[in-house]
Amino acid sequence: MSVHTDDDQITLYGLIAEFETPGELVAAARRTREAGFKKYDAYSPYPIHELDAAMDLHDNRVSLFTLIGGLLGCAGGFGLATWVSAVAWPLNVGGRPIISVPMFIPVTFECTILLGGLTAAISMLIMNGLPQPYHPVFNVERFVNASRSKFFLCIESDDPKFDRTMTQGFLESLGAEEVAEVAA
Amino acid sequence: MQPVELPDKIHVGTVIDEGHSLASVSDKVAGIVLKRKITLGWVFGLLISFAVLQNLMAGATWLLIKGVGVWGINIPIGWGFAIINFVWWIGIGHAGTLISAILLLLNQSWRNAINRFAEAMTLFAVMCAGMFPVLHTGRPWLAYWLLPIPNTMGMWPQFRSPLLWDVFAVSTYLTISAVFWFVGLIPDLATLRDSAKTPTSRLIYGMLAMGWRNSARHWQRYEKASLLLAGLATPLVVSVHTVVSFDFAVSIIPGWHTTIFPPYFVAGAIYSGFAMVLTLMIPVRRFYGLDDIITLRHLNNMAKVTLATALIVAYGYTMEAFFGYFSADTYEKFMIWNRMTGPYAIFYWCLILCNIITPQFLWSKKIRTSPGILWIISIIVNIGMWLERFVIVVTSLHRDFLPSSWGYYAPTIWDWAVYTGTLGLFMTLIFLFVRVLPMITIFELRMLLPSASVKEPVAQ
Repeated sequence: MSVHTDDDQITLYGLIAEFETPGELVAAARRTREAGFKKYDAYSPYPIHELDAAMDLHDNRVSLFTLIGGLLGCAGGFGLATWVSAVAWPLNVGGRPIISVPMFIPVTFECTILLGGLTAAISMLIMNGLPQPYHPVFNVERFVNASRSKFFLCIESDDPKFDRTMTQGFLESLGAEEVAEVAA
Repeated sequence: MQPVELPDKIHVGTVIDEGHSLASVSDKVAGIVLKRKITLGWVFGLLISFAVLQNLMAGATWLLIKGVGVWGINIPIGWGFAIINFVWWIGIGHAGTLISAILLLLNQSWRNAINRFAEAMTLFAVMCAGMFPVLHTGRPWLAYWLLPIPNTMGMWPQFRSPLLWDVFAVSTYLTISAVFWFVGLIPDLATLRDSAKTPTSRLIYGMLAMGWRNSARHWQRYEKASLLLAGLATPLVVSVHTVVSFDFAVSIIPGWHTTIFPPYFVAGAIYSGFAMVLTLMIPVRRFYGLDDIITLRHLNNMAKVTLATALIVAYGYTMEAFFGYFSADTYEKFMIWNRMTGPYAIFYWCLILCNIITPQFLWSKKIRTSPGILWIISIIVNIGMWLERFVIVVTSLHRDFLPSSWGYYAPTIWDWAVYTGTLGLFMTLIFLFVRVLPMITIFELRMLLPSASVKEPVAQ
């Protein structure tokens, strides 16, 4: 286990620990939460569902926004068809009803999907804070492996429980291969 | 997406060959884009495709100079190649959405290796499809008339028309497919950014990845958004070909005015789409040495879907004939008789041969796992599905109610120019795609590995 000790001049974003397997990461994340840390994050090259439970992640706002977007699309699509057919350009075709509800369903449906889908994607990006041109974790050289084969856990320095030495000891006790400083 | 336990349940050896690790799958797929030298075969293929694409430019230019009269369309056959090819391309696109959305909801993890490629195929096919209605208007600069936007003429589109529904369905389909595809690409773009060797590729992939850093908090929302998009895309894909079939079914032309059209069109779309996925994937897995990732099990599964949808389509053809006979309607009866024995009978019987008889070979497991034979069958199915649209469009229109208004349709060289041109466009885009983006979803591939499942160490 090696410890990087850079000079004290850099501002510290946090400490990052590297793990070999997803199991170790999940266990480490759980113990980090149980130790009372709030500002920490786990990084893995693919989604790990066990992490959601270990880190107590349950953000359902994407679903809520998608529902709202879908309903707006539904109302908007039907409203558009109705307004165009009844107000803007009323055409009597063989005495059929001006507001011909069954004929408006395809457009209503497509608008529901369109707005719902766009909301799902955009709200996911916004709530994840993307696009984000700079993030301190990328200062760690080995972090490129987070998108390839390695697992990381970062405890951030603005967590009230963060202490440079104690946290380093804590991360090492979790079985990390390597603990490194993350420059801000 | 899939629960992580999943890799334990399936036979991993068949979905992805043994011996792969998290690092090796990442490097293999990313390496195709980042490390592989540009081969002569690829350049040759791209040049041929790009040359064929010029047919589209020539065909469209001449069309815009002279008008739609350069095509073979006439009255009564106002819908010729334009609609045939539109429906054909849209149908091809459907397999991509089926693989990426419906198989995701059904937890079919074998899709992980083929969904990116199939989605790309969807996007490119929908782009090709979009060419036809726009060019068929003859005056594409007035295509905005199709959109509900205020204009100085005070006119609005007709919301009771299936052609307007088409505008909404196809543009929604293109948008949502592109969004779904891009959302799926974000983590892989981050992999490319992190593995990139040159500053230029790091910059480009970095911008596209938008700062994705594989955070667990991000993955949780990401997974939710993917699942929602899949859930929305599933009814969407069914609706798109349903609306396309409404173009026909809502009219009163004999042979078109039938309620079986929506399900039969959707099945036909999936059928032709899977055939096109096979047509493209079999050479790609060979040339890029991906046999260990796109295994025989994938080919076997895709062939099974092709066979199942072929049977649904066969049922559709049988019912069409039966409806004609059972309707006791002179025109319906004549239509089906004319279709089987009239001037276009050869197309009808070729269609039966391609779409019903040929796929019966797929009952054999030996054939389903022989890439060469499967590839030939997939080409025949693609031709068959094109013939199906030809038969539906042309035989119904050319002899309707009044013998005095009967006609005959033959495509001209400009019809062929535009059609082959879109084939060139499609292939050009595919060739570019396999070089600049990862053609396999890397992060989902990682989830298939045994080492990806979580086994927590016993706490000391």
